[in-house]
Amino acid sequence: MTELTNLTIHETLRKLRAREVSPIEVTEAYIKKIEENNSKYNAYVTTSFDKALDGAKESEKRYINGTNKSLDGIAIGVKDLFCTKDIRTTACSHIIDNFVPKYESNVTQNLLNDGALFLGKLNLDEFAMGGSNETSCFGPVVNPWSKDVKLVAGGSSGGSAAAVSANLCAGSTGTDTGGSIRQPAAFCGVTGIKPTYGRCSRYGVIAFASSLDQAGPICKDVTDCALMLNSMAGYDNRDATSSNVSVPDFTSFIGQDIRGLKVGIPDEYRIEGMNEEIAQYWNKATKMLEERGAEIVRISLPHTKYALPSYYVIAPAEASSNLARYDGIRYGNRVDGNNMEELYINTRTQGFGKEVKRRILIGTYVLSAGFYDAYYLKAQKVRRLIKNDFDEAFKKCDVILTPTTPVEAFAIGDKTMSENPINMYLNDVYTVSVNLAGLPAMSLPIGLSKNGLPLGMQLIGKAFDEATIFKTAYQLERDVNFKRI
Amino acid sequence: MAEYILESNGEKWEIICGLEIHCQIISKSKIFSGASTEFGVDANENVSFVDVAMPGMLPVLNMECVKQAVKTGLGLNAKINKFSQFSRKNYFYADLPQGYQITQEKHPLIGEGHVSIDLSDGTTKEIGIERIHIEQDTGKSIHDIDPKKSFIDYNRAGVGLMELVTKPDFRSPDEAGAFLRKLRSIVRYLGTCDGNMDEGSMRCDASVSIRKVGETGFRPRCEIKNVNSVKFAMQAIEAEAKRQLEIYEKGESFEQESRQFDPTTCTTKYMRKKEYAHEYRQFPEPDLPPLVLTDEFIEEIKSQLVELPDEKKRRYISQMGLTAYDAMVICENKEVAEFFEEASDGHDAKKVANWLMGDFFAMLNKKGVDINNSPVSAKNLGKLVELISKDIISGKIAKDVFEIMSETGGDPEVIVEEKGLKQVTDTSAIEAIVDEIIANNPDNVASYKAGKNNLLGWFVGQVMKQSQGKANPGVVNKLLRDKLDN
Repeated sequence: MTELTNLTIHETLRKLRAREVSPIEVTEAYIKKIEENNSKYNAYVTTSFDKALDGAKESEKRYINGTNKSLDGIAIGVKDLFCTKDIRTTACSHIIDNFVPKYESNVTQNLLNDGALFLGKLNLDEFAMGGSNETSCFGPVVNPWSKDVKLVAGGSSGGSAAAVSANLCAGSTGTDTGGSIRQPAAFCGVTGIKPTYGRCSRYGVIAFASSLDQAGPICKDVTDCALMLNSMAGYDNRDATSSNVSVPDFTSFIGQDIRGLKVGIPDEYRIEGMNEEIAQYWNKATKMLEERGAEIVRISLPHTKYALPSYYVIAPAEASSNLARYDGIRYGNRVDGNNMEELYINTRTQGFGKEVKRRILIGTYVLSAGFYDAYYLKAQKVRRLIKNDFDEAFKKCDVILTPTTPVEAFAIGDKTMSENPINMYLNDVYTVSVNLAGLPAMSLPIGLSKNGLPLGMQLIGKAFDEATIFKTAYQLERDVNFKRI
Repeated sequence: MAEYILESNGEKWEIICGLEIHCQIISKSKIFSGASTEFGVDANENVSFVDVAMPGMLPVLNMECVKQAVKTGLGLNAKINKFSQFSRKNYFYADLPQGYQITQEKHPLIGEGHVSIDLSDGTTKEIGIERIHIEQDTGKSIHDIDPKKSFIDYNRAGVGLMELVTKPDFRSPDEAGAFLRKLRSIVRYLGTCDGNMDEGSMRCDASVSIRKVGETGFRPRCEIKNVNSVKFAMQAIEAEAKRQLEIYEKGESFEQESRQFDPTTCTTKYMRKKEYAHEYRQFPEPDLPPLVLTDEFIEEIKSQLVELPDEKKRRYISQMGLTAYDAMVICENKEVAEFFEEASDGHDAKKVANWLMGDFFAMLNKKGVDINNSPVSAKNLGKLVELISKDIISGKIAKDVFEIMSETGGDPEVIVEEKGLKQVTDTSAIEAIVDEIIANNPDNVASYKAGKNNLLGWFVGQVMKQSQGKANPGVVNKLLRDKLDN
């Protein structure tokens, strides 16, 4: 018999509903798996097994009396950027590493309402700033696909991707500001979707860059992502940027055929010196969709090359302001000083890590008088142009296919990355445009590199048209037939 | 209005002054959270997770605050911007939980407007409003509980504010004072701010510069921060203008800076240089979409507007016959105007106004009560005036009746009835007294007839005395004249 923890959410649900297994058994299986393996991967930074088991017992009752809900008894992991009531929430930053919220984020509340259980909180780059999960105050996550050398799981949702990949949870929540769901999903051979900006409430999600942050699921497959997103998405009047649009049942698009669907291939994403393997997989994926009856169209996203620099102005600008509240006054760690200013300096100097400080400085700089117009304002203009690019492109196609990342997972401590942050930032080259334009996008595995490491393909949809992404991704997934761990 | 001019070495200088006023918005809950705005509760009682900027908490705009600001804008004849945008003003301070204040920088909710101020010589002047934007208040730092520690009360953090900026239209401290009183009056009429400067619900910064009369353009200015009464604002402007003049007299100059007014010495003192002023790094607030208002929304608020002091004043003058001064005084305070309207309903408004401005205010003052707690009700004051108008009591008796009313709160009609104070208008009864007085005072009659006309008053007095004040003075006068002049 297949291990329970290897099952997808939809497979597990089938077994639970058929009463072949109980939620308690499933939860215990995951707990055992975590206890045995978490030290290898460092995916969980906090566990909440007691709560999960209590929840499983309640879930069991609902299965018995037939009141079970859409995700009843599904044991998931939560990125430690979502505030969870009475469960420590740290953003993997020393500055709030003892913080226990008295409130629940909207997204995790939705999941709880649908019967999901939380096994614990998952590692991430500090305040979601990073692309390798190496900036976490709890140390890096180890990619479950690592062989001799320990590889990064990607970031910032490194713990979320690794936990799913290593079967330490059935699915997980992630957040994506510039690629933080899609890039680690690609590195770890799992599937993740960043929905349209405004689809999921940001209430209770610790902010990195407010205009870009969006929650989404990371799962073992496309169907699971649809199931999770069904629960996570929805209007919330506590987030003024949450969209009051109806949420379709995303699972209803699973299995729909894609004949006549127009798939756009952006010229500008074929960057110079592109990794040959990734280029080949991109062609292969294109062919697969074509063979399923999709029409392939060349499209142009002319301002793509400005996306990364614009992103690295806007995101730090917002972050520099969003992180001002961590001052040691009301909660979190405080390092005293002789006066208020010293208290701030000591607290923030010792509380924040290097990458977070770098971004606060960049953000402070680009918003400063005299630099605002040249950086922040210009970046906002570029952002508008990038959005216009997509608007134009989507007149010609229904969905866009691109690689998720320019490279496969790299080694933890890779000098080229740590010595020059720009190299790290370049990992986001295919993903940031989507956040700047507020669009939905999914990464799913396309195959293994010659080093035996997973690579991902990205499908980008029109705003609030996750449906087409699910439809397309599911067909691609069938053809790829990726072998998970 | 007489010009306010400073003179020095034969040269004339004028004041250029603009005001920035923070008005706390009257609303049940805070501008970006559901926490109560109730005043006077224990420290940190009215605090939500949003107010203290807990991780992951987001602001949600309270539309009640928007309505109040729009109402204020309409009351100040200002343009309502259908598109406005929030921004973050970033700085670190312990009473600023987010590390930034949510305000409106480039796109304020309310644009240009104007207010007419009433000056002491009875003239009016138009003062331009530059803009009004809405923003959140900070908490309060408390430094005097412990010698080493500071405490913070976040009850005020997140309460809605309207920041109103005037054009540099003030040319004298009096004008600034008149504006503050007028603004306070308008926001109180509208119910959008309680206008209590001493409690901090209305706070004023004054920007002052001076220039030689005839000079164009502006010289450097200084901003006097947080003045907490109309009187202090006027004193601060005057003191600052004189300080600047002294500097110019010495042939020196100064840089723009923020200053503080010290009411005990009536001087302004240095606070901080402009170049040390905060670098606020303002940018559009990404947590809040732009605020877009519909015409219907604005029209709905317009339809709910009450009659404002200027309109009221015009009506009192043109329709009720009040003098401009009386009308202005009565209209300044909404409660007074309401009291007046109730008291004058169906009665002689001018007489009611006289009573209100005279004996009535004197009585309130003496008792130290405000109009809402007046022992004399508006209805009873109206009745009293009616008794005089109908010649049922004389003005003199009325004063006695008023005295009793202010002690007992009684109905003047009942008082007059019970005490038998009704005026005697029966000519024959008065005539008997008149005849008696004339008969008993032949010497004075002779003097009067010889031309000492002012003795008439003495005769009136005697008759009134004999009638215990109840004789109708008009009738007494007429009868005396008839008899003495013939």
